This record gives sequence, structure tokens and C-alpha cells, in this order.
Amino acid sequence: MQAPQNTLYDKLGGEAGVDGIVSGLIKQIGQDKQIFHYFADANISRFRTHLTTHLCAITDGPCQYTGDSMTDIHTGMKITEKDFNHLVDLLINAMNLEGIPHRILNQLIAKLVPLRVSIIYI
Amino acid sequence: MFRLIVLVFVSTSLFAADGKLLATPGVSQVEGSGGGGLVPWAQLAGYASQDEIAANAFCSQAQLSDFRLRSCGAQLNLYDRVELSVAQQNFRINALDTSIDQNIVGIKTRLYGDLVYSKWPMLSLGMQYKHLKDTAIADSLGAKDTSGVDWYLAASKLHLGAIAGYNLFWNVTARRTEANEMGILGFGGPNQDSRLQWEASTAIFFSRELALGIEYRQKPDNLGLKEDNWSDFFVAWLPNKSLSITAAWLDLGTIAGAKDQKGPYFSMTGYF
Repeated sequence: MQAPQNTLYDKLGGEAGVDGIVSGLIKQIGQDKQIFHYFADANISRFRTHLTTHLCAITDGPCQYTGDSMTDIHTGMKITEKDFNHLVDLLINAMNLEGIPHRILNQLIAKLVPLRVSIIYI
Repeated sequence: MFRLIVLVFVSTSLFAADGKLLATPGVSQVEGSGGGGLVPWAQLAGYASQDEIAANAFCSQAQLSDFRLRSCGAQLNLYDRVELSVAQQNFRINALDTSIDQNIVGIKTRLYGDLVYSKWPMLSLGMQYKHLKDTAIADSLGAKDTSGVDWYLAASKLHLGAIAGYNLFWNVTARRTEANEMGILGFGGPNQDSRLQWEASTAIFFSRELALGIEYRQKPDNLGLKEDNWSDFFVAWLPNKSLSITAAWLDLGTIAGAKDQKGPYFSMTGYF
């Protein structure tokens, strides 16, 4: 019997689904010429852990994000609108590869929309 | 202009601005502005983000019962703050075996927001200067002028996942105009109607690339020819950031006394 799919976290495939999306995204960033430089000095395993927890938390999964604030992480990086949207494109690619349905994908992007203001041009 | 569009299709996207999310700029409106087919939207045409410049070219054609409208033009998007546009319209009157040409230049500026990310709807102010080249028909119908200026204020928003997980788009535009049939029949007239007209569009994205929507455009009846409001159903396909194709079914009502002007509409925009 399948567990009831109540939260967006469940609809994304729970822990396995979110892990798959994050792995896919990291792989895409690693091969990307446009935005890789933002991550060149990043600790990838730390990034993976924090992003996974963050996605779990904002999709009402059983996690609490305790990492640094979006503003603290991105201050000084001077991320442009263009590069931010490019990351969104890569995230969408990762979700497509993971087989996340269009309607579920939209709902995750909707959860991330309010974060942009504390990520770009700071 | 078709040549220009072909050039866009065959050229690689080496210089293309691609800083916006797919499909968010909308397509090209028959008067040249970024928008739907009939209504100018708040979005500025093309994929330029705040740090980019984008250039686009389009051609559109509407085949109505007694008329055919062709419109080709281009837009320049400067840093997603200012949109400059040009359009050349050719309106063919089958019964008279003649056609009316009109040139339009437009400017639109983004006042507030972003289609996707801002809390409140994106807001833009635009202007279209229209100059009729073939004035005989407008004059004979009693139009006051053969050129005119439209001003419009447009608000747009894309709500992600809003309808059963699908993205919902809407736009409302208030336009101050004296144009008769968009200017094809001149400007103003003996029956001078309200200058303020309302226009609206809405669409649902069934995938990232495919939107289905409707538009409505209120119009004045300055000539006393029972000029009708316009409406359409459209499907827009935006497969990548270099191309969009729109097909629509138009209902333009009575034009110059000829009733039930309906028919198909096709439009293509290429994005540099």
C-alpha cells in the first residue's frame, strides 16, 4: 500500500525524489559554463545537504532547515537576474529528468519564488 | 521582413538574450508591442533580463471573411526596462481589391515588478504612434485625423501552479485611444466615443511551452459604423527562447459595416 500523498514533498517522491532532484541539479551545475563559477569554491557535500533539507522544509516535508539564511549565503555573490533564471532552468531540467510531473514542478517553483529577493543583486 | 525572420530561425542563438524564463515575455501583438495577439501586455517583448538587450522580429496574418490583415515588425528590449517597437500593417479589403497601410512605432516602459517574481502584478506604461499611409477610406468615412497616439497602462501576472498545478496568466490593459479599427479607418469621427477602452487576456500553460488563452479588446465607435469589440481564442507554442508560434481564432465583429468578421490568425516571432 502506498502512503497518502499529502504534502508537496510527498508528491515530489519524498526523500528519494528530492535527493534525485538535488543530485541532478548538482550534476547540471557541474557541467554548466554560465553559472558554475558561483559554485567553484563551494563545499559540494555541504551544499547538497543544505539544499536537500531546505527543499524538504519548504515543501512541508519532515525536515527543518537550520542552515544560513538566503541573504547570508548570497551576499557578495552579485548574482544577476539572468543567472538566477538560468539556475531555475537547470532545476526544471533536473526535475524533468527525475520525471516530476509539470503540475508538481510548478508548485515547487512557486515555493521558491519568494526567495529570489534575498538571492539576486546582493 | 519574412527574410529577417528566416534569418532568426537559421541563425544559432549565439547572441540571444535568454535571461527570462521560457514563455514569460509573451508573443507579438498586431500593433507591434509585446503582448498577446490583440492586446499589449505589461511584459516587454523578448528574453532580455535587467543586464541584457534583446531584439525580436515578427509577422502575423489574420484572414477574415472580407478582409486580410498582415502585420510585420520588430521590437528592441533594453534591459527589460524599455521596449521599442515598429510595425507595418497591411489591411486588404477584398471587395474593393485595395489595401490600407499603416505604420506604428511604440514605446513601453516597465514601471514595476516582474511577471513571475514580484508580489504585485507587473505594471507597464506604453504608447503607440500610428500613421495611416492610405487615408482615402478613413477620410471618406468621416475620420477626423489620419494619425493618432494610443496610451496604455497594462498589468500582468503569472500565478505558478494556480489552477490544479497549471500556471495561470492574466493581463488587464486600459487604453486611451481615438483609433477606428486600430487606426486602419483613421482616428476620431462624428460619433466621438469614449477614449478609454479596456482590454484583457488570460491563459493557462498546459506545459512550459504551450499556452491556451483568450483575449478581449474593447473598441470605440467614433465613426458610427457599429464598430465592435474584438476577441480571440489562441494557442501559443514557445518551444525555446528563439521562437514562438501563435494560432488563434478571431472574432472582430463588424468592420466598416461588414458583419461577422471572423477567421484564423497566425503569428511567428523570432528572438535574437
